[in-house]
Formats: sequence, C-alpha cells, structure tokens
Amino acid sequence: MDVDEVRKKREEWDKKCLRPFLEKSGERQEKFENLSWIEIDRIYDPSDIEHLSFTDDIGYPGDYPFTRGVYPTMYRGRLWTMRQFSGFGAAEDTNQRWKLLLKEGQTGLSTAFDFPTLMGLDSDDPLSDGEVGKVGVAIDTLKDFQILFDGIPLDKVSTSFTINPPAAIILAMYTAIGDAQGVPRDQLRGTIQNDMLKEFHAQNTLVLPPEPSVKVITDIFEWGVENVPKFNLISISGYHIREAGSTAVQELAFTIADGMAYVEAAIERGIDIDKLAPQLSFFFNSHNDFFEEIAKFRAARRMWAKIMRDEYGAKDPRSWWLKFHTQTAGCSLTAQQPLNNIVRTTIQAMAAVLGGTQSLHTNSFDEAWALPSEEAVRVALRTQQIIAYESGIPSTIDPLGGSYYVEWLTDKVEKLAWDYIERIRKMGEGSMLRGVFAGIENGFFVKEITNAAARFQREVEEGKRTIVGVNKFTIEEQLKIPILKVDPEVQRRQIERLKKVKAERDNVAVKEALDWLRSAAENDENVMRPILEAVKAYASVGEIMGVLKSVYGTYKKPIII
Amino acid sequence: MEKKVRVLVAKVGLDGHDRGAKVVARFLRDAGFEVIYTGLHRTPQEVAMAAVQEDVDVIGISLHSGAHMTLVPKVLNFIREYGGDPDEMVVLVGGIVPEDEFDGLKALGVDGIFIPGTPISEIVDFIKETVPKKKGMKVKS
Repeated sequence: MDVDEVRKKREEWDKKCLRPFLEKSGERQEKFENLSWIEIDRIYDPSDIEHLSFTDDIGYPGDYPFTRGVYPTMYRGRLWTMRQFSGFGAAEDTNQRWKLLLKEGQTGLSTAFDFPTLMGLDSDDPLSDGEVGKVGVAIDTLKDFQILFDGIPLDKVSTSFTINPPAAIILAMYTAIGDAQGVPRDQLRGTIQNDMLKEFHAQNTLVLPPEPSVKVITDIFEWGVENVPKFNLISISGYHIREAGSTAVQELAFTIADGMAYVEAAIERGIDIDKLAPQLSFFFNSHNDFFEEIAKFRAARRMWAKIMRDEYGAKDPRSWWLKFHTQTAGCSLTAQQPLNNIVRTTIQAMAAVLGGTQSLHTNSFDEAWALPSEEAVRVALRTQQIIAYESGIPSTIDPLGGSYYVEWLTDKVEKLAWDYIERIRKMGEGSMLRGVFAGIENGFFVKEITNAAARFQREVEEGKRTIVGVNKFTIEEQLKIPILKVDPEVQRRQIERLKKVKAERDNVAVKEALDWLRSAAENDENVMRPILEAVKAYASVGEIMGVLKSVYGTYKKPIII
Repeated sequence: MEKKVRVLVAKVGLDGHDRGAKVVARFLRDAGFEVIYTGLHRTPQEVAMAAVQEDVDVIGISLHSGAHMTLVPKVLNFIREYGGDPDEMVVLVGGIVPEDEFDGLKALGVDGIFIPGTPISEIVDFIKETVPKKKGMKVKS
C-alpha cells in the first residue's frame, strides 16, 4: 500500500467529509483517553503504523517476536486452560470445591490460601485470629496438603499456587505429595507465584526484606530447573500492580522490569538461562479497556522476546516465549447491581483470549461482597466456555492483528513501557535487579501506582469517568445474592489438627531439619533441600518461615500515602 | 470552637489491600481533615493505641480479609482498655463486608460501613454530618 496515497485520501476525507459533519454535530468529548490516559484518535489508518514492519514487528504466531502468540496454532490446537482461583476454609472444604470445578469442566486448579498461610503464619499464631480459612484455604503442615489433594492425581491435573513468601514451602509440599503418589518429579506440572518484587510494589504480602526474598526465589530456580523441570517456578505478576491502581502501561512495564530483575539474579547465580526460561511464566490483569488490554498482551510478548534474545542472550526460541495467565480485573467489580459484573468480566475475558492468554480466571459477579458462591463461580466458568465453544473467537489466531488501531496501540503501549524500563535501569546504574531494588527503596513504584489510583478515583468522583451502576445509572436496590459463609469453626478445628500433628510427628526429625535450614540460610546455601526435609517431617509453615525470618530479618513497609 | 477533625485511617490484620485506605486517606486530607494513616498489617492493639494517643474524632478501619467480625470488636475493646471511649468516636468500616453483616457491625458501635465503589464524597459528607452529632463539634466545610 502506498502510504502517500493514504495520506492524500485522508486529507480529502478530512476536508470533504469529516469537517462539514463536525460543524453540524460535534463529538461527545473534546478528547478521548483510555484507562492509561493515552489519547485515542478518531480513526487509524495505514499511515499510523507506517513505521512498523510486518515481518519484524508483527509476523506469525510461534515465531519471533511472537506478537501474535507463542504457539503456531494457538487455540486451534488447544484452548487456554480454564483455571478458577479457589480455596476457603479447611483443606476438606477446598478439596470438595475443586472436585466440583473439575466435574464442571475446569481444566486446571488454582489455590487461594488464607492470609495466615500467605504470610507464613500458623493457624494458632495470635496474629491469625479471625483470619483462618477466611479468604482461602488454611495450610499449616503437609497433613493439610494431603487432605487438599486427596483423590486428585498430580500427573493429570496441574495446580497453580498463589503463594509468595512461603513459596518454597508450598513447592516442597507439592513435591512431597507427588513423591507419595509415585509421580516422577519431572512430571510435576503447576505454578507457584513466587514473585516477591510485586509484593513490595503493590500486593504487600511482606515477610522478608527485598534482597533475601530474591535470594530465596533464586534458590527455588536453582533447585527447580534440576528437580521439577516442567513446573513454572514463578509467575511474574502484573495483576496486583494493576489492582493497586496502576495503569496498563505501568502494569506491563513494572512486570517486565521485575522479570528482568529475576533473570539477572539467576544469571548472577550461574543458572543456565535456557534451562530456566521455559519455567518462567507471567500473570496479567485484564481490565475494562478492551483494546488497550489486547495491545498490552501483544506488546508484552514482543518485549520479552527481544529482552530474552537480545539482552540476555537466550539461544533456545522457547526461552523467548512469554507465557501468561490472565485474571479479569477484581477492582472493576462493583458491589452495586452485581449482575453487571458478568458483562464486565465477559469483555475482559474476551480481551484476554484475543490477547492470546495461556490460562484464564474469570471473576465471579459477587466478589465485591465476599468469596464467590457456587452459582456465581459456575457462571464465571461458563463465560469462558461460551467464549471458547460458541463465539468463534478461537478459530483464527490473533484476529485483531493488522488492525491499524490495535497495531498502533500495541506499539504505543510498548514504547511507553520501555520508557519506564529505562528509568528503572538508570536507577540501578545499568542493572535491572539493582534498579528494581532501588525503586522499592526510594518508593518509586508505590508512588507511581498510588498516584494513578488517586487520579482515577478523582475522575470518578468528578464524573469524568463513568462506572455504570456506581456514578451513573444508579438504582435503589435490595440485594438478594447468596453469600458464601466460611464456617466459623474452621479456626478451632484447624488449630486442633495442628496440635495433633505436632504431638504425633517425630520432633527430633523436625528439629534436625530446621537446624539444617538455619545453617543453610546462615551460610548462604540453597534452602530448598532442607525445606523439603522439614516439610516431610511435618514441620509447620510458621516454623519454617520462623527460621528464615530469624536469619534474614523481616520487612516493614514505609508509609507512603 | 472549631478545630480540625482528626481521622485515623487504619489497616488491621494481615490483608495487604491498601489501595482503598490510601486513596480515602488522601481524599479526606484534601477535604480538610487531619489524617493519620497507620500503614499496613497493624494489630488491633496498635490501631487502638494510635486512636487513643492521637485523640482522634474518627476511626476508619479498612479490611478486605473478611475478618471484620473478629478484628473490629477487638480494636474497640482495646480502645476502652487504653482509656479511650469508642462511643465518642465516629467509627467507620470500609472494604468487603457482606450486607447481612452490617447490622452485626452496627451493634458493635460502628457508625458507617462503606463498601467498594462508594464515592469518597459520601464518606466526607458522612463524617461532616456525624462528628457534630456525636462530638458536639463544629466541622469546617
């Protein structure tokens, strides 16, 4: 296509068609901005993407730079994994919910832990009071894990674990279950989130200071590439950064920056990057701005491919893949008129699929009120199934590739993300790892995210942003949605079980394993093997984290409003 | 006599969701209140101590953990223990609270409950209206 001709045609259209029309009837707004405050033009044409090359920037799926997807057949070969995040109460309750989800056609499991487990505390810790089993399943020892996976074959179902400070402990427990089921370790499939950097930026599940946190993560990499080569050892997450109020561009930039930091830590340790790379995965949010989300996913793949190939010198093309899980945006759900959330979630899920996600969690419509009820979870899963089996979207790969707007926006989002990455690199004097540590230390990430959250909220307050059912189209309503209640007895029963386990286990073996762990941590050795030993001896999550805390210290986040 | 209304915005318990608390804190400050933010992961004792020491007129507790029925009464009891009187404070709870637990929280002495999506102007108005009623204090507007 001759772009000069396009420009000529554009000028002609502008003069003869557009201007006269605008004079008669104007537009709804003077300026149109997306959720990241990127100004969006009236229309896009080939002149807007003239600087992009089809072969170098867009290309074909399964081929560098993977803008259109990591696999050559994408959903024509295999649909994305439908993976609903779930967990509540004691291990029995979650095991039952999981079996229901598998029966309903879910294809992978994803574990929500309660806050004590997420923070590495036992159920009988005074700080755990009132929180045991509330927002996820309570795990104290391997005993709970055995109940959780009762009747679930680890060689058939892959499981994802949203766990960060105690990620090594949970990976050890999963390995122990696999060992007990007789599943070879090289056949274990699943994911631990294990991304502490985003905890410092946004999610705040904070136990150890930043540097020891990354040390333990690198230990997991080092152990994992040798022992569980099919297991995703990290899920580098933008999801929580977005939920904390960032823009899509910040979500993308900070996530990629964190990913680079982890890769640099692994390289410093001497881990073969081509061995590690296939075990890295990503996790993004899918928010309301449909095209921006699709652009973000496409840009993420292109950026990671460039980074892994050109910056870190990975040789195997599989190391250049950015594989990711997506969750629809929890923060976009409204407590008001909750059924509207089904529509929001559908749009967000479509963006994830059009963006080429490998797995997807769709939120349930009642989640601004509580953990989802069974009915709400079913609708959320059905939303994915309708997209997969009825919409026709998965029949062709990257159907929006080549759209002038989507290609322009993909490029724009990528450029803006690179600007951030260069700022972070500068803070680290050339090192992304040091740059991310510096940005945690000086509050850069938190300030960026908090400012975006406040700016968005101000626009909602001023009515510049519409949230249907919240600041426009509101009604008086009496809610009749059934709310899931967690049995208040869970905490008592959980504490009893922990007591019983501690009474029955071999306490000498526990002590020996914990001593080994302490000495490994003190001598800067890999902590994975002693943790696995401790887990198998039924040491509790709190006991194991307690050793790490006593050696590495703990972290209190500075207060920045 | 007119003085600035003092508000404690508190995160209690283990949940780290601080977007709501921080944005509310910022907006309350912009609305002219004196705002103290506790930071994350505070125990009920720490929050109660801050409320008493800072002699606040309003205490806003943010939770997204579902633990409100345990932690809110603990905070209020510790305030009493430390020599304060929660009945003389305006007590607010914000976050994920199922509607059928509103009455339970109100029975404990919570004056206002604000769920996700609440316009912050509503919280500001609520404070301006309720502080004079509870404290006999005039609120600058």
